[in-house]
Amino acid sequence: MLNMQNISKVYRTDLVQTHALRDFNLSVKEGEFVAVTGPSGSGKTTFLNIAGMLESFESGTYLLDGEDVSGLGDDARSKIRNEKLGFIFQGFNLIPDLNLWDNVDVPLRYRGFKADERARRITEALEMVGLGSRAKHVPAQLSGGQQQRVAIARALAGSPRIILADEPTGNLDSLMARQVLELLENINEKGTTIIMVTHDPELARRAHRNVHVMDGQVTDFTEFEQAVKSREHVAHK
Amino acid sequence: MISYYIKLAALSIKRNPVLSTLMMMAIAVGIGAFMTMLTVHHMMSSNPIWWRNDVLYNVGVDTWNPNEPYYEDRPELPPEQLTYRDAKALQASDIPTYKSYMFKTAGVIQPENEEVAPFIEIGRMAFNDFFAMFDVPFQYGGAWGDSADTRDEFVVVLSQETNDKVFGGENSVGKRITIDNREFTVTGVLKEWRPTPKFYDLNNGAFGPTEAFYMPAQLYETVQAQRVGNTNCWKPEDLDSFEAFNNSECTWIQYWVQLDTKDQRERYADFLHAYLQEQAQLGRSARPDQYLMATPEEWLEINEVVGDDNRVLVGLSALFLIVCLLNTVGLLLAKFLGRAGDISVRRALGASKLDIFRQQLVECGFIGLIGGVIGIGLSGFGLLAVKKMYQFDGSVMMDGEMIAVAFLTAIIASIAAGLWPAWQICRVPPAGYLKTQ
Repeated sequence: MLNMQNISKVYRTDLVQTHALRDFNLSVKEGEFVAVTGPSGSGKTTFLNIAGMLESFESGTYLLDGEDVSGLGDDARSKIRNEKLGFIFQGFNLIPDLNLWDNVDVPLRYRGFKADERARRITEALEMVGLGSRAKHVPAQLSGGQQQRVAIARALAGSPRIILADEPTGNLDSLMARQVLELLENINEKGTTIIMVTHDPELARRAHRNVHVMDGQVTDFTEFEQAVKSREHVAHK
Repeated sequence: MISYYIKLAALSIKRNPVLSTLMMMAIAVGIGAFMTMLTVHHMMSSNPIWWRNDVLYNVGVDTWNPNEPYYEDRPELPPEQLTYRDAKALQASDIPTYKSYMFKTAGVIQPENEEVAPFIEIGRMAFNDFFAMFDVPFQYGGAWGDSADTRDEFVVVLSQETNDKVFGGENSVGKRITIDNREFTVTGVLKEWRPTPKFYDLNNGAFGPTEAFYMPAQLYETVQAQRVGNTNCWKPEDLDSFEAFNNSECTWIQYWVQLDTKDQRERYADFLHAYLQEQAQLGRSARPDQYLMATPEEWLEINEVVGDDNRVLVGLSALFLIVCLLNTVGLLLAKFLGRAGDISVRRALGASKLDIFRQQLVECGFIGLIGGVIGIGLSGFGLLAVKKMYQFDGSVMMDGEMIAVAFLTAIIASIAAGLWPAWQICRVPPAGYLKTQ
């Protein structure tokens, strides 16, 4: 489904070069729920941006759905983002001027669906996240958890193959975080691949697989689990 | 997608009303100034009888001072008006389809209704061909008959305004009206007729009012009508009596003919040449090769109705519009960059750079459209000011063509102003904004 081989990404300024990813390798199978963890600055978000084709990279190969997307132009990348990927952000990133209906409508507009098809998909997506009755509300009228559910509905409306979630519960209290996570699990159970970047080991544990990123590289899963256990041990003391 | 982009543009304006209003006003002020000057230029340079441009000719013959041309800078041109005796001689030709000499006069109109005080008005003496030649529209009746052009008949055609004033706007054909203590019978009442510029008499105010009444030129000598237009003389002559003035070399009469065919035009040119030759032989200062047959368009050009100052003003107002647009570029850039977060979200959700570029340009066009509407309103005020400055008669306003030009200019100019800001915003890397939203 998603296969990255030896991806390197360097951010350059006049004075400094920062290697955000070095020889980054990751393969995700269809239907998986993968949690990507790691400390701040480890390269998690860079990985997610490259996976979402929002950023380019210096070297390596990126296959998405079997297609090499490394050298695609802007139009082709936008099309793939629109058709195959769904994004969920920590800050929800809803457009404040638009009501919920119109927010969910955004990716569908660029997809070129006709009005009745868009209406059907928007209704289904909002119903699925339990906000069907609030379609005419604007984001400011909703709680953080509700806004994130709208963002999930927006990501789902285009029936993407993969959902890329960047700290989806980072701005939510624990109750709302649990609800959002349950929603993501439900979506995954229906066959959508989910790649979630998180700081939270508890959330990571509920994923099928954990990938730990350190200094721009994927580290061994075992190391990660040991680190979690050790942290739990310290906490119990 | 255009309707979607228009909806987004409306939302964007609502979201940022101060910045949006500033941009609209910048465009409106620029468009207002530019369209004011352009409309004046358009009006001044327009040919109000363009559909007859190929058959109408202003006629001039040169019997001016042999030692000094009438126009110093264009010595090949005859004076713009004729002497009375030249006008009468040319009127005798049967080559033109229509022909008329004409001049301004004045008269005191005494309404039958005693409640309306007598008033003085400017009129015109001409032949009945004047009305046919210039397609003058009639509300009631028509021109006087041919007989009134050859023998004294006290008949008159009234303008719509005069008819409104004297007869309350009723059909006054056949009614009597007193002008300078003589009774005239009304044969026709014009519809509103205000050719701008007043092409048939540019020497007496190219943008002045049309006449209040029209009477046969045949009556000129009988009633010893007043002459109120410009008169130019070059020779020391006895001008004390009515007859002496009429026999003088002073020029004060306009002359127009309609020549429908090439043959007519050639024969008429020969006629003018022969006439001037004959006058030279009779001892007058006549130059046989210096006659003029100018179409209305040529006549407007010769008389320089559109002055250089007007052209300069159009240029300056265009520069002012460009300055306003440069301000708009900065405002648009600020506005678009302020929305980098939303744009990044759209990019992440599948919008291509081109989609974003189009969306921004539609917003620019939308702002330009509203700016154009306000600008047209401002042009209205500008034109009122110009009307006073140039002493235009009648309404000075934008016609349909100018309104279309205003909208088109506003939209194109605002889209042009938005090209660079739109290009900048669609190149913003979305990833950086998505995390910081």
